[in-house]
Amino acid sequence: MTRLFAVLATLVILLALAALMVGPADAGLAASLRALLGEGGPLVLVMQEIRLPRMMLGLMIGASLGLSGAALQGYLRNPLAEPGLIGISSSAALGAVIAIQTGLAAAFALALPLMALAFALLAVVILLALSGTRRGDTLTLILAGIAISATSGALTQLVLNLSPNPFATSEIVFWLMGSLADRSMTHVALAAPFMGLGFLLMAGLGRSLDALTLGEDAAESMGVNLTRLRLRVVIGTACVVGAGTAVAGAIGFIGLVVPHLLRPFTGHRPGPLLWASALGGAAMLLAADVAVRVTLPDRDLKLGVLTALVGAPFFLHLIWRNRRARA
Amino acid sequence: MTLLSVDNLSVSLRGREIFRDVSFDIAPGEFVGLIGPNGAGKTTLMRAALGLIGAAGQSSLAALSASDRARQAAWMPQAREIAWPVTVEALVALGRLPHGGGRPADHAAIVAAIERMALAELQQRTATRLSGGEQARALIARALAQETPLLMADEPTAGLDPAHQISTMEVFADLAAAGQGVLLSLHDLGLAARHCTRLLLLAEGRLLADGPPEAVLTPDLLARAFHITAHHAQTPDGPVFQPLSVIR
Repeated sequence: MTRLFAVLATLVILLALAALMVGPADAGLAASLRALLGEGGPLVLVMQEIRLPRMMLGLMIGASLGLSGAALQGYLRNPLAEPGLIGISSSAALGAVIAIQTGLAAAFALALPLMALAFALLAVVILLALSGTRRGDTLTLILAGIAISATSGALTQLVLNLSPNPFATSEIVFWLMGSLADRSMTHVALAAPFMGLGFLLMAGLGRSLDALTLGEDAAESMGVNLTRLRLRVVIGTACVVGAGTAVAGAIGFIGLVVPHLLRPFTGHRPGPLLWASALGGAAMLLAADVAVRVTLPDRDLKLGVLTALVGAPFFLHLIWRNRRARA
Repeated sequence: MTLLSVDNLSVSLRGREIFRDVSFDIAPGEFVGLIGPNGAGKTTLMRAALGLIGAAGQSSLAALSASDRARQAAWMPQAREIAWPVTVEALVALGRLPHGGGRPADHAAIVAAIERMALAELQQRTATRLSGGEQARALIARALAQETPLLMADEPTAGLDPAHQISTMEVFADLAAAGQGVLLSLHDLGLAARHCTRLLLLAEGRLLADGPPEAVLTPDLLARAFHITAHHAQTPDGPVFQPLSVIR
């Protein structure tokens, strides 16, 4: 377990450095790092204002997706769960789309993430009202999440459908693909408190999720408060996913694939999988963000497109391998 | 001193009364079998005694905080859930969660529980790939590893082969002999008659009888609660109980 931690942490550090190195402004490792600390003319601006926030967002959002994916899978005891399941990311996206369509986003730069956060909050209120805090009722939680996702998706389509402005439409479509390009420290500052709260809520759930391996009755008899566990998973996921979607758009597959990939290395125990997935998610998102910059530097390949493009076949491969292992 | 004290416990679920005014105590050294026909409320009674569902009346376990209760009583539900393909050893280790986990005492408890349930050869195997009976034994070992004064289990012997049924009942009897308390729900009256020190008969929405097996498994009570006749005899090999026919 210590080895897994060391490997993942090293990977995250290397990829974070790589994310700082890659970009149109060609600079060596030493020069870049010096610029990050404020020495070296124009490169300082590039490092501090462009690459550093991009790397930090990649780290934060990747870790969020990995952690919340592992927490949801552990809570629902279902490896198919992913952070998008409870409808927060699609409602945050709807908020952002409305901000773009109404011109609010153009008038005031932070209108987009703020609208997205407001819609994420609204969604979590509806979700908790619908699915309640009743212990043991995971099915209602999933169904309520699907209903919220479907409604938000339909409303997003409606906005696109009725949009009189083709520029806004194309901006919406591109925004929905998810990207870390051109984000600033303001975006980092906006997302950080919500993500911090989400991490606080979810990071300590390991033992409860481990106990839940035996089912809800046995877990409760071992001292797990099921109502509190449910609230922490739902609100924690809403915080990190809402904030992530607000600043970077919808980035799929990381929250689903990373816990899957790492589960065998933690002995299939949902508790240790939490931190492993957080590190793994950060590594995977940083790698994907480096990849979009390296493979098609001139075409602005969207991060969400790449994660889905690589994630989906990879997921198929995992299913194939698991199927063979089970047979 | 009692390990569990239940006083006038009544449960109604969705407007239907399951049982009312059930009272009993369990003392150290007792191996208590909870018997009764299908739907009598055996599982509900055990869950209410633990405080996992709401009930009218008193239960000493339900009055404890969740973490204190987890150190006072271990509970093995009837639904044998193992959500993830963990090893048998990791599964048994879950029993140590209420104690913190990770200390040498925890390791000793895990090893002892695996030993008691004769799982040493299976301990590195994946729990979800074991047979139903092996999974049941692993889950019993998990409850044993919790090392609580009181052990409660819902149908722990269902699905075990005869040898493991007997050896499992002997494990519980040994625990009771060593001063713990055991409360099991059982359908196999033969096992109950041979191994339990005391039986609780739940039927007709109340505790119909409470006493040693020979006082509870009487023709009258069997006819009332189960609608059966049975052969019940004391032999040189101990008590023998065999249900014979249904009373129509």
